[in-house]
Amino acid sequence: MSQPTTLYDAPGPRARLITIISSIAVGVLVLVGAYFFVYKPLDARGEFEMEKWAALIDPSEDDFALLWARIWDGFQATLIAAAMAVVASLVCGTLLAVARIWLRRASHRRWVGFPAPVAILLRVIMVALDWLSRIFVEVFRGLPVVITIVFVWLGLPSLGVELGDLLWYLVLGLVLYNTVVIAEILRSGMEGLPAGQREAADAIGLSDGQTIRMILLPQAFRIMLPALISQLVVVLKDTSLGFIIGYEEILRVTTQVVQILDNQIQMYIVVGTIYILINYGLSKLAGYVQRRLARGSKTKNLPVETAAPPAAIGAGTGGGLA
Amino acid sequence: MGAVIDNFDVLAGGFWLTLQLVFLAAIGALVIGTVIAVFRISPVPPLRAVGTAYVTVFRNVPLTIVFFFSAFGLPALGSNASFLRIPGLDQIFTRLGIDLPYFRFAIIALSLYTGAFVCEALRSGINAVPAGQAEAARAIGLTFTQNLRFVVLPQAWKAAIVPLGSVIIAMIKNSALAGFFGVVGDLSNSGYERITVGGEPAIPLMIGISVGFLIMTVPLGVLLDRIEKRRAVAR
Repeated sequence: MSQPTTLYDAPGPRARLITIISSIAVGVLVLVGAYFFVYKPLDARGEFEMEKWAALIDPSEDDFALLWARIWDGFQATLIAAAMAVVASLVCGTLLAVARIWLRRASHRRWVGFPAPVAILLRVIMVALDWLSRIFVEVFRGLPVVITIVFVWLGLPSLGVELGDLLWYLVLGLVLYNTVVIAEILRSGMEGLPAGQREAADAIGLSDGQTIRMILLPQAFRIMLPALISQLVVVLKDTSLGFIIGYEEILRVTTQVVQILDNQIQMYIVVGTIYILINYGLSKLAGYVQRRLARGSKTKNLPVETAAPPAAIGAGTGGGLA
Repeated sequence: MGAVIDNFDVLAGGFWLTLQLVFLAAIGALVIGTVIAVFRISPVPPLRAVGTAYVTVFRNVPLTIVFFFSAFGLPALGSNASFLRIPGLDQIFTRLGIDLPYFRFAIIALSLYTGAFVCEALRSGINAVPAGQAEAARAIGLTFTQNLRFVVLPQAWKAAIVPLGSVIIAMIKNSALAGFFGVVGDLSNSGYERITVGGEPAIPLMIGISVGFLIMTVPLGVLLDRIEKRRAVAR
């Protein structure tokens, strides 16, 4: 993080003066441009007139309480879906990560001491499961979340499976995707641990399952905590996709409100700002946790900086996690 | 699977349109991201503030809202995004030139949104260059731009290539949203229309769409994994 200051010398008085003058000049130009290209067209459409804003900002307006109650309902629906998706995908993701680490070892195991046919069968099963889990991860990591959600929503009923509430389709779609992402975060955390951790566990006679459960997983959780929190931001943003299948989260509510009040731009500005505030808070939390972890003496020898990269990559984190 | 074969040309057409969208938006995002990244590390405080604000806003807002703004906000500004009707380019990408602006709006939304992530990927690459490099460059008297051009950026892009790749993969996946914001006939829209309007069976067609996206994302992901592994050994 020290980079910006090392790239150039501290500006002297002359450079600072030039900076100030040119900043002011550019700032004025930008303001003038904004006036002509943003304010004027918007004003001509009456976007700044009070009737478009009143329901949002004027408490004496009749619609004010009603509107904010609707917005609050919408956000509650968003938060409920996000919370359920996060909890479920954390659980499933942990299981998947453990399964993959365990299967990778098990698929190389020779099953000495079992009769030959059983040993071969076990080996084949383990290799097959290893491949299956890999394909599962690759497929759901490579699919857009929208497609997963729509797939679940359109596909399950045609298989005769009705989940009832739309919430469940949204949560299921989100969970399918985020399970895989979280599993990959945790797996890369476990594989990134110093090899000595695992060797020491082997040396004191822990089984594979015990090694993962008692040695690798707790450390991986710790190292990857910032990445996991950033994934929360992604989930929260992705719940907004629920509006496509008709789940009444905040965006859906917004589209309904807009039809009555005819104030699209104002509504989206407000909703967007609320999203930014929540997610910005979460990102700050992730940064804070990361700094805490970097400072904590217990984790001094762990590769903390490898924790930073993957997850914060938006409504569909990418395939470069492993 | 018969439904996929019957609609193969629809899906293939959608695949091709999505590929165009992704290609154009990737260029846009790389340009925007680079500019913002330079802003964020520049010696000029107001530029740094602008860069930081941009990244904060676009990283924390759902892409859906960005799409809403480009689809409703731009027309409100009286813009049809006609500046994207670049002569010559609209001969190859015919959708750029048509009167319906939604393809251009989708490019703008995707570029703006992804630009913030490109910026962060580039910055992580720049941060990976040892501080001694930039300090040595300053010591021999290079200016900020020379420092970036000759010393920092040539080393930074190597460290940035993997995060950049995952940003592009994420963008390919995000492009699926375009089909729900007025772009007619891209991969998600064409398949979705066949199901909801055309009454085709849902599962085979959704599998068809999924395969289309996997064709774009999985090879890229495998390539990135390989680059990353090779890099890990080399280090």
